[in-house]
Amino acid sequence: MAEFFQALINQPFLQHALLGGLLASLGCGIIGSYVVVNRITFLAGGIAHTALGGMGIAYYLGVDPIFGALAAALTGALIIGTVSLRWRQHEDTLIGALWAIGMAVGVMFISRTPGYNADLMSYLFGNILMISDGDLYLMALLDGVILMLVTLFYKVFLAVSFDEEFARLRGLPVGFFYLLLLCMVALTVVLLIRVVGLILVIALLTLPAAIAGQYLRSLWRMMVLATLLGVLFSSAGLAVSYGPDLPAGATIIILAGSVYLISLAFGGFLRRRWMS
Amino acid sequence: MSTVIAIHNVSFDYGELPVLEAINLKVEAEEFLGLVGPNGGGKSTLLKIMLGLLSPRQGHVEVLGKPPKVGRLAVGYVPQFAAFRRDFPVSVEETVLMGRLGRTGLLGGYSREDRRIARQAMERTEVQALARRSVGTLSGGQLQRVLIARALATDPQILILDEPTANIDLRAETDIFDLLKDLNAHLTIVVVSHDIGFISQYVGQVACLNRTLLCHRTSGITGDVIEQLYGMPVRMINHITKSGQQQGDG
Repeated sequence: MAEFFQALINQPFLQHALLGGLLASLGCGIIGSYVVVNRITFLAGGIAHTALGGMGIAYYLGVDPIFGALAAALTGALIIGTVSLRWRQHEDTLIGALWAIGMAVGVMFISRTPGYNADLMSYLFGNILMISDGDLYLMALLDGVILMLVTLFYKVFLAVSFDEEFARLRGLPVGFFYLLLLCMVALTVVLLIRVVGLILVIALLTLPAAIAGQYLRSLWRMMVLATLLGVLFSSAGLAVSYGPDLPAGATIIILAGSVYLISLAFGGFLRRRWMS
Repeated sequence: MSTVIAIHNVSFDYGELPVLEAINLKVEAEEFLGLVGPNGGGKSTLLKIMLGLLSPRQGHVEVLGKPPKVGRLAVGYVPQFAAFRRDFPVSVEETVLMGRLGRTGLLGGYSREDRRIARQAMERTEVQALARRSVGTLSGGQLQRVLIARALATDPQILILDEPTANIDLRAETDIFDLLKDLNAHLTIVVVSHDIGFISQYVGQVACLNRTLLCHRTSGITGDVIEQLYGMPVRMINHITKSGQQQGDG
């Protein structure tokens, strides 16, 4: 551990990694809370996996895959959102199909791209140690967009999440805000890809918010705690993995998942003490 | 007296299944109407049509002389509370403030005026002491009062309640209807219920719905009508609705 702190002072790549973790935590704390209270983890999973299709196409065309992921995740969010608004009975199956098609398209284009690209593995499983200046700027920009939208429309998102029918009766454009929320999920997915990789995105999106939701009964408090937990998990995961050279993304998720399970098992006791 | 809700010859079906047939109904200003009928008799469907959530296959509806999608802004709606999740992280005050949506800007937070109106609504339904509690910790009766406060915060001319007393005990039920009777001094109220025996003590008018409108009158409901409505004598209905409530299937 001392080795980690030593390296943190000297090594810019480690500072980048730590900063990347902080930036990712903000998006996942805010949007993860919406995903958890709306119970749309499956939709978020569908959006995340369509991102692979865009990455594959971007690879094939020689464009930075992160922009492919961004375009595909936003498109996936709009399609999945429309499906969920219009054909609710078939939502499950349709999202499952889009999920699989997104991945298949990605695999198809990657196989057509000449040469083996080790870089691709870092998008699938994350490589927080390879975060560049450009990545950090993009992450800060995405965080800024999310933070601005949520600040402007906090009361609307709360009302639409809590009681969609009532919000509709009050004349709110419920469909528009639902799609906007899913687009923010898409942005968050892209934000997290560098840190934990596409495969583990959903875990980092939902686990901190789910833990926070066990203790707090207010959405914005839940967002704050989920962000802090995200910071804790990404920093601690980075520190723990550095010495023995473990994959950082996987370490972060194992840490978050273990805390979630422990909290689920023993949280009832803590909650009773706090709330009484 | 002026008509606030006018339903002209409305029919509706879900595919093959006719749910409403040629319904004509007028609700006058400051009336207290009970819309009763068996489960599956079309009460909820008619309610959704009045609120503009469903469009009738035939006929048309006017709310305050306007199409429902416009007129409904003057309607305070109290849903069945099974409609949303009880464990949602939201406080009583935040819930009541949601009634201000549509009256206040979309951007940013609620204004001081919104908060004042929400506080008034909470005082009116006697839930101001619960303002900071989360809705998940409330009893059925308390939650129902919070939902009525939210509807009042919309500054409505009409209050529409869908089964407001399902899943709450008899004492809370009496309190809710006493509150509604007070509110009726300034508001038109429509209450949907399957519990015909209880609601007929409170409401001024009853409309009985089972696919068609079987009665619409100010006088009490006779045993004949109930038999026509439910297809069995009134004493059996009382028995069935009471035992249905005990099982909590509302």
